[in-house]
Amino acid sequence: MDNASNVVQQFSFGKPNAYSIFFFFIVIAITLYATYLAAKKSQKTARSYYTAGGGISGFQNGLALAGDYMSAASFLGISGMVALKGYDGIIYAVGWLVGWPALLFLIAEPLRNLGKYSFADVVAFRLNAKPIRTAAAIGGILVLLTYTTAQMVGSGSLIKLLFGFPYEIAVIIVGIAMLVYLLLGGMLATTWVQIIKASLLLAGVTLMTILVLVKFNFNLGELYGAVAENYGQKALEPGGLIKNGTDAFSLGLALMLGLLGLPHILMRFFTVPDAKQARVSIVWATTWIGYFYLIIPIVGFGASVIVGRESITQIDKGGNMASVMLAEVMGGSALMGFLAAVAFATILAVVAGLTIAASATLANDLYIGVLKGGNATESEKYKAAKVATFIWGIIAIFLGIALKGQNVAFLVGLTFAIAASANFPALFLSIVWKKFSTTGAVLSILVGGISAMILIILGPTIWVDVLKNAEPIFPYKLPTIFTLPLAFIAGWVGSLIAPDKRAQELFEDEKLRTYLGVGVAEASDH
Amino acid sequence: MDKKQKEVLESERFKTLVRRKWTISYVLLFLLFLVYYGYILIIAANKEFLSIKLGQYTNLGLILGPIVIIAAWLLTAIYVWWANNRYDKEVEELKKML
Repeated sequence: MDNASNVVQQFSFGKPNAYSIFFFFIVIAITLYATYLAAKKSQKTARSYYTAGGGISGFQNGLALAGDYMSAASFLGISGMVALKGYDGIIYAVGWLVGWPALLFLIAEPLRNLGKYSFADVVAFRLNAKPIRTAAAIGGILVLLTYTTAQMVGSGSLIKLLFGFPYEIAVIIVGIAMLVYLLLGGMLATTWVQIIKASLLLAGVTLMTILVLVKFNFNLGELYGAVAENYGQKALEPGGLIKNGTDAFSLGLALMLGLLGLPHILMRFFTVPDAKQARVSIVWATTWIGYFYLIIPIVGFGASVIVGRESITQIDKGGNMASVMLAEVMGGSALMGFLAAVAFATILAVVAGLTIAASATLANDLYIGVLKGGNATESEKYKAAKVATFIWGIIAIFLGIALKGQNVAFLVGLTFAIAASANFPALFLSIVWKKFSTTGAVLSILVGGISAMILIILGPTIWVDVLKNAEPIFPYKLPTIFTLPLAFIAGWVGSLIAPDKRAQELFEDEKLRTYLGVGVAEASDH
Repeated sequence: MDKKQKEVLESERFKTLVRRKWTISYVLLFLLFLVYYGYILIIAANKEFLSIKLGQYTNLGLILGPIVIIAAWLLTAIYVWWANNRYDKEVEELKKML
């Protein structure tokens, strides 16, 4: 008898299910209603489009940041990883959180005070705008492109499993829904979609955790005991994820400092009125994201015991369906449908955040900043933002369909490695180092970004797993431990070779703005 | 830049504030590195240590993972508490001088 089809029949995967379709439309309806309200409040200006008018509170922005950051990979992926691999999933979960304090200590407040629409504003603040914006746009686009591709390809297969839509239709639905939010409501609609998603996700995972804990009498020891009885004590101990110190440290650096170079996350800090609210945003984001990563392993362990590893891998080899299958076992197809809709909302919120960041990079940094030399009327800027959004949406849909069936798991690692190596060093040095020059910044971004890409291509994840060569040329999965220092060295050398006297004088002047917030445009209330 | 701004910029008070902000940032960052990379390096170098049993099935690793998350949150909270109560007050004072 065919085991796989047995499991498929037992669970309602890959075919339309009344509950999941119902919750799917609820999610669409709520987010469209939020978009409608946002559209009524938004003004037709670039500032309103990119920053929601700068009137979002720290608490709201904290939830929106959580919604922007927690992708389907962290919700479905980490619970699946815990279910299949045990403790290694926890190591991953911890890594996803630890960037947030670093973002607060090093970047968030000066970023808010110096920038306007994108992190490139901060680097370009006292340096030569055209070369900086070009280089920063390259770094930003590389990150956004790899991350968008990972999200679109992932979302196509997930939605196919969850709702039974064909892959191509699923990708087009995500692309169009996201374009509707953005083109009608800009950043304000994106913010509310992200807040709704974060609330749904936190509520859904909390509910699942409680259901698992009820089964084990609210005693984690009992849950761990059941895991150990089924899969041995090994499942509760570190396994193969971390093989050596270099790989481990490289992964940790990419996850932690990559966050500090993600354009869509950095952009959210321009939606709050001042540095204090930027700070408050991070406390709330860290609270929600930390809570999420504390409880998601319970869901994963619960799935491995209650659903079983064999059934999980029969539906999806990577274990992505573990938590949704658990929902179906414990709460029937209604709970499964709800969780599927949560996963859908998760995808939408992240893709919307990526797209608005891409539109700021393409329209504001490249088109207005570089091609038009910063000279454009407000209505031209607004129009450019919308056109760029539309173009990115089409690119996203195209990439999603073109790369159907490809293994894109490595793209998330690539995204974080480039973000940590290309964007973070230049952003950080421009904030703290007086002698940082235009040449230094451009070199830092290019050397960091290109070296990270080349070494990942030559490493085991692409050279061996994707291109099927026997031995990797570069032995480590992630190159961050080498490329991040390399970017700092490039920035230092470039600044020594071609110093920038005017930028050094401006550094003193900008301190009042960096540390006291003097001269930051007062926020209007939408 | 007017004269008053120049005065504030060159005042010992402003310089102390900036210095203190970065001292606190770097000390907290160092603690974050210590906690997180300490955890990672223990896993890389000494897996047996994390397998030490604390209960019948619960081991040290299952406790340390959540501790790293909670410690990261606490470091965030410490910074924000300091910034809201100390840093912002000093910023207000300095802004009055402008």
